[in-house]
Amino acid sequence: MSGTMTIKLRVWRQSGPKAPGAFAEYTARDVSPESSFLEMLDVVNDALALEGKDPIAFDHDCREGICGMCGMMINGVAHGPSRLTTTCQLHMRSFKDGDSITLEPWRANAFPVIRDLVVDRSALDRIIQAGGFISVATGSPQDANALPIGKADADESMDAAACIGCGACVAACPNASVSLFTAAKIGHLGLLPQGQPERYRRALGMVAQMDLEGFGGCTLFGECMAACPKGISIDFIKRMNGDYIVGTVTRRPEKVTLGSG
Amino acid sequence: MLNFWNSSVGKKVVMGLTGLVLVGFVLGHMAGNLQIFMGPERYNAYARLLQHDIIEVTWAVRVALFVSVVLHALSAWQLTQRNWAARPVEYAVRESQVSTYASRTMRWGGVYLFVFLLLHLGQFTLGWKWLLPEYMPEGAYGNVVLAFGRPLWVVVYLVAMFFLLLHLFHGTWAVLRTLGVAEAKAEPLQRRLPLIIALVVTVGFSLVPLGVALGIVR
Repeated sequence: MSGTMTIKLRVWRQSGPKAPGAFAEYTARDVSPESSFLEMLDVVNDALALEGKDPIAFDHDCREGICGMCGMMINGVAHGPSRLTTTCQLHMRSFKDGDSITLEPWRANAFPVIRDLVVDRSALDRIIQAGGFISVATGSPQDANALPIGKADADESMDAAACIGCGACVAACPNASVSLFTAAKIGHLGLLPQGQPERYRRALGMVAQMDLEGFGGCTLFGECMAACPKGISIDFIKRMNGDYIVGTVTRRPEKVTLGSG
Repeated sequence: MLNFWNSSVGKKVVMGLTGLVLVGFVLGHMAGNLQIFMGPERYNAYARLLQHDIIEVTWAVRVALFVSVVLHALSAWQLTQRNWAARPVEYAVRESQVSTYASRTMRWGGVYLFVFLLLHLGQFTLGWKWLLPEYMPEGAYGNVVLAFGRPLWVVVYLVAMFFLLLHLFHGTWAVLRTLGVAEAKAEPLQRRLPLIIALVVTVGFSLVPLGVALGIVR
């Protein structure tokens, strides 16, 4: 193992949603280059706890890069300098001894800060509730081959389904737009036969909800795609726009049926 | 329809469609302008054609362009307000990764182009004396030569063409994605045709002030 590193940290500290925040400086000593970024923060927090100070709050769960819980702005880049990597899968070998690192929470009107580096991402859940599902009769599963799906569609749908909902697309977007997340959900369902019945209503509903939550709009900077730990393409945003346009043109008023129980 | 206009995607679609109208216009306008290199008779005859012979067509185009510019600018303005409001607290540090200079200058470049458009119309169409004291209603060729005899106007026009280059480079690429009709690509950020369109339009336009400034057109 190579020698350890000393890292200077400049961390956004905010004690609560309404509290004013400010940067605080810490020094992380004896950092192993093999440790993950969050492990480095764990060590800093241990030291803070020993001093009787509040540890730095940050979100994390699986620490395997698949749950979407972690995420912070690291030196102005969502999830830090490694491409296709969540914060938990970023390792200190990506930095040099003596580096100075600025840590900020995701910044968006729709992502209020809860504490320090933790933000409230429930707006993403409400976008899903506005159409990011399929309505089917549940029961015993049908035969896997009963519904043939072309390989190109299955692959593309899977590419979109890789979205873990971490919010890095919003964080990286200069407009704080949630278009990549919403488009990934619309694309993942809309490419499959099960998603067809609600395809256009889904696009209308989810786009309306993302506007309602106070996210910005897409101007195709492309920053979201670069920040996405799952490499989701902005081609899905194009697909969402197409579905939204078709949905607007083909929209029919909802019928009220009497006596339907 | 009101839902469509109120949504971020709907406004962007309106911006894209009106942008396409304007791209078509600048292509035609640029091609028409190049006739200045064929001499004063040809150029003034072209101006007469537009201002007299087919004036009805000209007016139809003017109305379409006016509506397009207004909707384009209005949707851009409203979306920009929303986008700025979507991040009330700015990052202390933020590093752009892949966004182009063109995409980041769409707003202020667009504002410059809008102001330029008013000056340009005032100078050559409406004949505002404070912009061009020697303006002659029937002397399109002479107006151009007199205007670009002044270095200030050459600079104002060339700066406008620089922003138009950036605007078209991003806009003609983005519009197909906004309208949901672009081809899926492994590298969606790469673009060739938008660069060609942007260069053809802006180089073609720039030849006119440059031609006068260099004494080729006199």
